Amino acid sequence: MTQLVNLPPRVKETDLTGLLKQMWLIRYFEEKVDEFFAKGMIHGTTHLAVGQEASAVGSIAVLEDRDKITSTHRGHGHCIAKGAEVNRMMAELFGRTTGYCKGKGGSMHIADVEKGNLGANGIVGGGFSIATGAALTSQMKKQGYVVLCFFGDGASNEGSFHEAVNLASIWKLPVVFICENNQYGMSGPAKEMMNVEDVAQRAEAYGISGKVVDGNDVFDVMNGVGEAVDRARNGEGPSIVEAKTYRWKGHSKSDAKKYRTREEEQEWRAKDPIARLRDVLIEKGLLTEEAADEIKAEAKKEIEDSVEFAKDSPMPTIDDLMEDIYA
Amino acid sequence: MRELTYLEAVKEAMSQEMRQNEDVFILGEDIGVYGGAFGVTRGMIEEFGPERIRNTPISEAAISGTAVGAALTGMRPILELQFSDFITIAMDNMVNQAAKIRYMYGGKGKVPMVLRTPSGSGTGAAAQHSQSLEAWMAHVPGLKVVQPSTAYDAKGLLKAAIDDDNPVIFYEHKLCYKTKSDVPEEQYSIPLGKADVKRQGTDVTIVATAIMVHKSLEAAAELEKEGIHVEVIDPRTLVPLDTETIIQSVKKTSRLIVVHEAVKRGGFGGEIASTIAESEAFDYLDAPIKRLGGKAVPIPYNPELEKAAIPTVDDIVAAVKETLNRL
Repeated sequence: MTQLVNLPPRVKETDLTGLLKQMWLIRYFEEKVDEFFAKGMIHGTTHLAVGQEASAVGSIAVLEDRDKITSTHRGHGHCIAKGAEVNRMMAELFGRTTGYCKGKGGSMHIADVEKGNLGANGIVGGGFSIATGAALTSQMKKQGYVVLCFFGDGASNEGSFHEAVNLASIWKLPVVFICENNQYGMSGPAKEMMNVEDVAQRAEAYGISGKVVDGNDVFDVMNGVGEAVDRARNGEGPSIVEAKTYRWKGHSKSDAKKYRTREEEQEWRAKDPIARLRDVLIEKGLLTEEAADEIKAEAKKEIEDSVEFAKDSPMPTIDDLMEDIYA
Repeated sequence: MRELTYLEAVKEAMSQEMRQNEDVFILGEDIGVYGGAFGVTRGMIEEFGPERIRNTPISEAAISGTAVGAALTGMRPILELQFSDFITIAMDNMVNQAAKIRYMYGGKGKVPMVLRTPSGSGTGAAAQHSQSLEAWMAHVPGLKVVQPSTAYDAKGLLKAAIDDDNPVIFYEHKLCYKTKSDVPEEQYSIPLGKADVKRQGTDVTIVATAIMVHKSLEAAAELEKEGIHVEVIDPRTLVPLDTETIIQSVKKTSRLIVVHEAVKRGGFGGEIASTIAESEAFDYLDAPIKRLGGKAVPIPYNPELEKAAIPTVDDIVAAVKETLNRL
C-alpha cells in the first residue's frame, strides 16, 4: 500500500475503510439521537460526540479484541468503535428490553462487559480507577490485555484522575488514559479551568509519558495511542494521550452554547475528522469516491435500521423493575 | 474449642480464603509490613507476598475504584479502609459505581468485593475517626451491609461476604477487636441476612448492633437479677435484614428496644422500629417502641464526653424498665 503516514504495522490497508465506516456510524447515530431528543421521541438526556469520531475510532483501532475500555458520559462513539451493535444501542436509548442494559441504563450507562466495554459513566472522572482496577486484574492474572480509559479535559480536574494515574504509574499497570480534550467541560473552557496548556503535561507529575495528538486526525490518534498501548502491553506502565478535538453539538440536549462563538465552531467544523480521512483515502488511491459514498450510505442505512429495531422491540414490564439489583 | 479474638477471626477468615482462592487479594493503606492501622493484616504479607497484600498510596478514591474495576473483571478484592470515616472519600465508587453497575448494565457484570473497615468510638480518636455511618450504606440499593459483634460471627460472615457476588460493606467495631469467643478452626459461612438471638428472653426484645450487642447483654444480665428476662437479637447484617426473627421475637415479648451506637437521628434503628410498626407484630406491642442511639453530636475527644455521646449499659437498663413501666 501507499505509505500514508507512519501507521502502526498492525493496521492493515483493509482496515482503513472500516474506520471510515465506524466514523460514519457514530456521526449518523449521534445525529439521529439528536433529532429524536429534539422531537421528544426519547427522554432523559444525552451527550453527543459529533466531531470527535476520530479519537474514539483511532484509539480503539489499535486494540486487540481482548483489550478493554472504560468510557464517559459522551460514550456512544467509544461503544460503536469497540464493536457494539447499533441496534442494541438505539434500543437502549428507546428504553427497550433489547437494549444493552435492558432499558435500565440509557445513554450514560451503555456497557458490554463481555466484549470488553466496561461501561460509559455518568460520573465525570468515574472511570479512572475502574480502568485501573481492570488493568490490575490483567496484571495479576497475567491476561495480557490493556485497558483504554477515555476521559475529558474537565475530568482531569477531578481528584480521581490524579489518584488513579498515580496508582497506575507506581504499579506499572497496563492502562492508557486517553483525554479527549474537546475544549469545554460543559460550559467551562479548559483554558480557564487549568493552569497548563495541555492535560498531557500532567503526566510528568506521575513519571509517565504524556503526548498530544491531533484528535481530528485518525492516523495521528492511532500512532500516539498505539505506542502507548505497546508500552502498556510490554509492562512499561501507563501513559496519557491527549487528543485535541471539539464537540460540534452542545454539552447536552439543553445547551444554548453561549460560552463559545459560532466562528469558533465553524473553524472546527472545517477540521471534520471524517472528511479528512475520506479525502486522504481517495487521494492515496485506497478508495474511490463511489466506494466512499457507498460506505456513507451503508452507515446511514444501518442507523435507520437500528431505529426500526428499537421501535419494534418490547418495553420492559413493571415486573422487571426490581430485577438485577443484586447478582 | 479454641478461643480467638475478633481481630484474629477476621484475619483467619481472609487467610483461609486466600489460601484456596487465587482471585482473593487485599488492598489498603499500610496493610503490608505495618500490618494495617489496627494490625488485622499483620503477618499476612509474609505469607502471601506484596502482590496479594497490596500496600496502596493514601488514595481512598483510587483504591476503592480499583477494587471495583478488579472485581468487575474477575478478581475478588478485599479493600481495607483504615477508618470507616474515610468512606466519605470512597463514596463515589461505592455508591455511584459498585452499587449500581449491575443494575445500570441490565444485569450484566458483577462486583464481588468486600470493603472492610473499623468503625465506632471509644478509642479517643475524636470526631473524624469514630463515626458509625452504616445507615448511609444501608440506604443504597445494590450494597450489602454487615456488622458482626463477635469473633465467631466475624469469621463466618466475612467468609460469606467474600463469597458473595455483590459489593459488601463489612464494619468491624474497634472495641470488638479484642473480644474473644469460641471460633472453629475450619472455614464456615454464616449466611448474610440471618439474625442471631444472642440471649433468649420473654419480657422485652432488644435489637442491638456491633458493640451495643455486648452492652445489651450486660444490661440483660443485670436485669435478670431483678427477674426481667430480656431477649437480645443481633441482626448481624443490616442489608439484607432478617425481619422475620425480629418480628417473631416482638410477638413473643410485646416490647421492642432498638440500640445502636450510630446517631439516633436517621439511624438504622428507625428502619427496624418501622419494620415492626408496619408488621403483624404491631398488634402485639404493649408499649411504644424505644430507640437508643448516639446523640446528634460529633464524637468528642474527652473520654467522659465520648462515653456520654452514645448509649451506656445504664441507659439500656433504664430503657427496659421504662418500657416495662417499672422505673
